[in-house]
Amino acid sequence: MAMTLAEKILAAHAGLKHVSPGDLIEARVDMVLANDITAPLAIGQFQRLNVPGLFDRQRVALVQDHFVPPKDIAAANQCKLVRSFAREHGLAHYYEAGKTGGIEHVVLPEQGVVLPGEVVIGADSHTCTYGALGAFSTGMGSTDVAVAMATGRIWMKVPETIRFIYEGGLQPWVGAKDLILYTIGDIGVEGALYQAMEFGGPVIDAMGMDGRFTMANMAVEAGAKAGLFAVDDTTLDYVRRRTGRPFTVYHGDPDAQCALVRQYDVSEIEPQVAFPHLPSNTRPVSQAGHVSIDQVFIGSCTNGRISDLRLAARVLGGRQVDSQVRCIIIPGDATAYRQALAEGLIETFVEAGAMVGTPSCGPCLGGHSGVLGEGERCISTTNRNFVGRMGHVKSEVYLANPAVAAASAILGRIAAPAEL
Amino acid sequence: MKLTGKAWKFGDNVNTDVIIPGRHLSTTDPKELARHCLEDLDPTFTSQVQPGDIIVAGKNFGCGSSREHAPLCLRGAGVSCVIAQSFALIFFRNAINLGLPILECPEAARAIQAGHRIEVELSTGQITDRDTGHTFQAKPYPEFMLKIINAGGLVPYTMKQMNAVNGSGT
Ligand code: SF4
Repeated sequence: MAMTLAEKILAAHAGLKHVSPGDLIEARVDMVLANDITAPLAIGQFQRLNVPGLFDRQRVALVQDHFVPPKDIAAANQCKLVRSFAREHGLAHYYEAGKTGGIEHVVLPEQGVVLPGEVVIGADSHTCTYGALGAFSTGMGSTDVAVAMATGRIWMKVPETIRFIYEGGLQPWVGAKDLILYTIGDIGVEGALYQAMEFGGPVIDAMGMDGRFTMANMAVEAGAKAGLFAVDDTTLDYVRRRTGRPFTVYHGDPDAQCALVRQYDVSEIEPQVAFPHLPSNTRPVSQAGHVSIDQVFIGSCTNGRISDLRLAARVLGGRQVDSQVRCIIIPGDATAYRQALAEGLIETFVEAGAMVGTPSCGPCLGGHSGVLGEGERCISTTNRNFVGRMGHVKSEVYLANPAVAAASAILGRIAAPAEL
Repeated sequence: MKLTGKAWKFGDNVNTDVIIPGRHLSTTDPKELARHCLEDLDPTFTSQVQPGDIIVAGKNFGCGSSREHAPLCLRGAGVSCVIAQSFALIFFRNAINLGLPILECPEAARAIQAGHRIEVELSTGQITDRDTGHTFQAKPYPEFMLKIINAGGLVPYTMKQMNAVNGSGT
């Protein structure tokens, strides 16, 4: 019987010939992930399990990214706990800030730690990012992750698949972020609840890996369990440059059952802005009206990759950030940081009057390095604009692509790059 | 098991960022986390919530971040149960894994008013609004989850399973 990409991967990992949506399965996991916020809880639960060790020290990844460099003593203590656990268990994939570190969902693909066809679970909701590689990856809680660290297995319900097809020519300054914001605006924040989103069509075929990561990253913002892309030459080229580790490529059957198929003509899509306080509250930037801003943040696991930084530099190059605006740019990982440095992007940012931070989640979750005060407004390339997400309960977050964020930094209000 | 408590009513899409804001995640202590529980949505919650109180909410409760600190801080605040029209996937798993009872019941979630005395019989999924006398029936848990709940959460459940496989105690 025909199966979707998600079903094929899950069936193979459950040792079954066939699975259908709704089936409860127990699957083998290829990689288990946690960060400096979720790992401490997971480590506690892991210790309660009283097992001799990890199921496989090559298949557990711990990344210090949320509150690093530690924002306070409590955060430092959490980081320390994670570091000593990694040391004690001889973890092969432990990422301290610095050398190869950065935000987990930027680091793991970049370091070749997650591969096509794998099942990945992480104690972070944006673990769905690796669907861009044709992996089935999903976020869970710390307890699930603790159990997977011990057993290498996880139970889950096979999700239905909904398919999104993108056709037509992209308008200038429209990219992956706009497509995913538009899609979430269309189906709503629970439009894909418990389901797997599968992205395809000619626009996706032509899209680079960075864009695919951006889109897969936000699948959870529509309530989805995973957001998947078919593996093609773009994927294989990306992966082979980073690792020699073997992997299996699965292809969904074209006649597999989908709960819903949605087709978009992208030529009608403008750069999008998600207004407070939901990612689905989207408008074309031309209809944003006059919204003055206090802060711009370009970075995060959604838009902190090298293509995003290049886009921001194209807009900021030779221009000046508005004197009333804090513009914060944080490369997603050390590799993107070094590349940006080599290409002169960092210099462009600093010359334009932006602040450049060390790879970290930073302001994305209101943790540090750009927390919003009462009534402050931020346009951000991140993925969530919930109440209080980046700071004060009365602050506001607007989500957009890096070019729109950069243009807004220059004009001091939400603006399209075309206005410059 | 019977739970009784006063209803706190919230709307749709109550996300884990408002249940416990990111700025307070430098601890994993439930009591410490509970001091900030839902503070951005209702500043009176932390000071007025009573042990046993029940949260009644709309669609997609617990959406957003996967932080297990969310069910943990609800438990720390004394919340005995969450009734909602629907739950976000990760929150649902986390709550079950930690032993925080949650019930999906759109009718009850719509009808119950803030402040009403609510009674929940977990074994049957029956919800009673003591102020109006109305009763509601929540969706039953899948059998698999019931096993986890009965074991007291995912960790004890897994320990039991591993012991059964290894044939040894710990
Ligand atoms: S960048 Fe933001 S969304 Fe991504 S992992 Fe960090 S806190 Fe989460």
